[in-house]
Amino acid sequence: MPDKTKKQRRQRAQLPKSPTGIQGLDEVTDGGLPKGRPTLVAGGAGCGKTLFGMEFLVQGARQYDEPGIFVSFEENSRELTKNFFSLGYDLNELVARKKLILDYVYIERSEIEVTGEYDLEGLFVRLQTLIDSIGAKRIVLDTIETLFSALPNEGILRAELRRLFRWLKAKGLTAIITAEKGDGALTRHGLEEYVSDCVVALDHLVTNLVATRRMRIVKYRGSSHGTNEYPFLIDDTGISVLPITSVELRHAASTERISSGIPRLDAMLGGKGFFRGSSILVSGTAGTGKTSMAAHFADSVCRRRERCLYLAFEESENQIIRNMSSIGIDLEQWTRQGRLTFHAARPTMYGLEMHLARIHRLIETVKPQAVLFDPITNLMAVAGANEVKAMLTRLIDYLKLNKITAFFTNLSHQNLLEQTDLGISSLMDTWISLRDIELGGERNRGLYILKSRGMEHSNQIREFLLTDKGIDLIEVYVGGGNVLTGSARAAQEAKEQAEETLRSEEIERKKRELARKRQVIEAQVAALQSQYETEEKELNINLGELKLKKEALKEDQNKMFLRREHDAGARTNKSRSGRLAK
Amino acid sequence: MKKTHTTKNVRSRPAKTTTKKAKTKKRRAPEELWDLRLYVAGQTPKSLAAFENLKRICEEHLAGKYKIKIIDLMKNPQLARGDQILAIPTLVRKLPTPIKKIIGDLSNTERVVVGLDVRPAR
Repeated sequence: MPDKTKKQRRQRAQLPKSPTGIQGLDEVTDGGLPKGRPTLVAGGAGCGKTLFGMEFLVQGARQYDEPGIFVSFEENSRELTKNFFSLGYDLNELVARKKLILDYVYIERSEIEVTGEYDLEGLFVRLQTLIDSIGAKRIVLDTIETLFSALPNEGILRAELRRLFRWLKAKGLTAIITAEKGDGALTRHGLEEYVSDCVVALDHLVTNLVATRRMRIVKYRGSSHGTNEYPFLIDDTGISVLPITSVELRHAASTERISSGIPRLDAMLGGKGFFRGSSILVSGTAGTGKTSMAAHFADSVCRRRERCLYLAFEESENQIIRNMSSIGIDLEQWTRQGRLTFHAARPTMYGLEMHLARIHRLIETVKPQAVLFDPITNLMAVAGANEVKAMLTRLIDYLKLNKITAFFTNLSHQNLLEQTDLGISSLMDTWISLRDIELGGERNRGLYILKSRGMEHSNQIREFLLTDKGIDLIEVYVGGGNVLTGSARAAQEAKEQAEETLRSEEIERKKRELARKRQVIEAQVAALQSQYETEEKELNINLGELKLKKEALKEDQNKMFLRREHDAGARTNKSRSGRLAK
Repeated sequence: MKKTHTTKNVRSRPAKTTTKKAKTKKRRAPEELWDLRLYVAGQTPKSLAAFENLKRICEEHLAGKYKIKIIDLMKNPQLARGDQILAIPTLVRKLPTPIKKIIGDLSNTERVVVGLDVRPAR
């Protein structure tokens, strides 16, 4: 024992790893399975143990030039070849190139009688021959537990297995030993006891009638590894473990801005639109125009000569194209040019992990700059909120790492507008809420930005109109403590218009009245003036008459005086006339 | 004693080819000849014990009607695959059919006799 631990410690200093080539697994295990050591893969029936092993060998032969041996205790090589051909692996070709050996070990309990002691030297010899014939670096024993049912005397068998694993280790072979899941234990026959370097557990969990495969690294001596249960997938291209891209938040943030496809919305987002590589959530109740917004965004992405991936969980490609043409968006031109790729699938079609894997694969093949999910809420039908959230977290991390802008739509409940079902709002950089505004017997759409990280954004509610030329955002009527939309807004505007006219008419009227008053007064002034003038004239005339009278009178007096002078004396007249003159 | 086994081992090997050729002839009268093969891997105590036991049992029950071929997998490792040999030592009854395998050092005579199904032949 002491020298065993010492040996392990020495190996721990730098643990060489053997990459599996299984997508995602090498990331979880930080480079692969321990090189030159056995790894136990345990799981129930149909978990993909055999496939796991075979994929390890096939990838090893194809990618890393490490020939491998598949020792099967259950299926013969013809069956194996057939089974894996359907997964796209041509095992015969690898066998012909001496990169792979399929060896079927046949044990039939009924044919075997045991008397006395034995060992498994035959198996050792057999393996040795195989290893030498192609210079194998990898080996899979599937499922060695069969020996327990075929051979009695467990004590001998255990000792021999222990020897076998040590022997493989000494040979420097990276081995995978598969084992059936036991009752409450990892394996039925306690093989984990012998394989202590790395243990991988595969599981098949069924929730809501949808099965999800999961994988967990139970133990990995001398190496750090992801400890979670990771969903994995088996499809026509083998296994992929998904998707553990960024366990840490390390993605670089872009400062580039991209348009939302709606100029007015861009204006609300600081005038420039979304950040590239950010995650955008559009939530709203049914029929608030989420898909239309998504289509606008897709359209703008394609217009910039970028590629866009549209994942539809509710409608078919054709239906979306037809519906969007009614609001003046021609998506078909983009699909024809290959800039827009649709992927429509019912969420219940397959498990969550399958969705995730497909999304990943699509992203890998399409290499889009933007991905749309319409709507994510439907994934809830497949798995619980927690799983979906976990999936989306990983998905968003993955997208951000690749600088792909993600656009999600989310169907929310009427009474929980500012809450997403999946609780994923915290993962989103920009959250736009679409809501119904019911007023005056009609329903209108309103839009506002709940949040938008790292940019200035409008706090205003905008009315959201779907016209035959696309989405239009207009300002709602805000005033008198009320927000009015639709016909109510129109009515209010008409009313205001009328009031306005009325007011200007009043002003005109007042002006006219003023003018008239001035005219009246001026007329009065003129009349008085003329009256005065006539009076003046009259008075002047009178005055003249009086003067004339006065003179005439004087003359008369003089004449009279003169006459009297003639009568009474001239001297007296002279003195009197002198007095009068004074 | 041990030395005799080795010589027999050596002797038995060339006989291999002859038995293969003679197979069809012998199948006509399967009860007449017992074609037995003992797979070993080197001369381990277990293998030697197995051979000892086998010889004794055969002499006792199948005198004159048996043929033992010893195959050393250390020398002919590729043969392990053909007869699906895992455990060592393994005794294979090629004839009469069906093929039977007995694993172990054959120390339990009773079980070997039952396993080889030699009783009726007596």
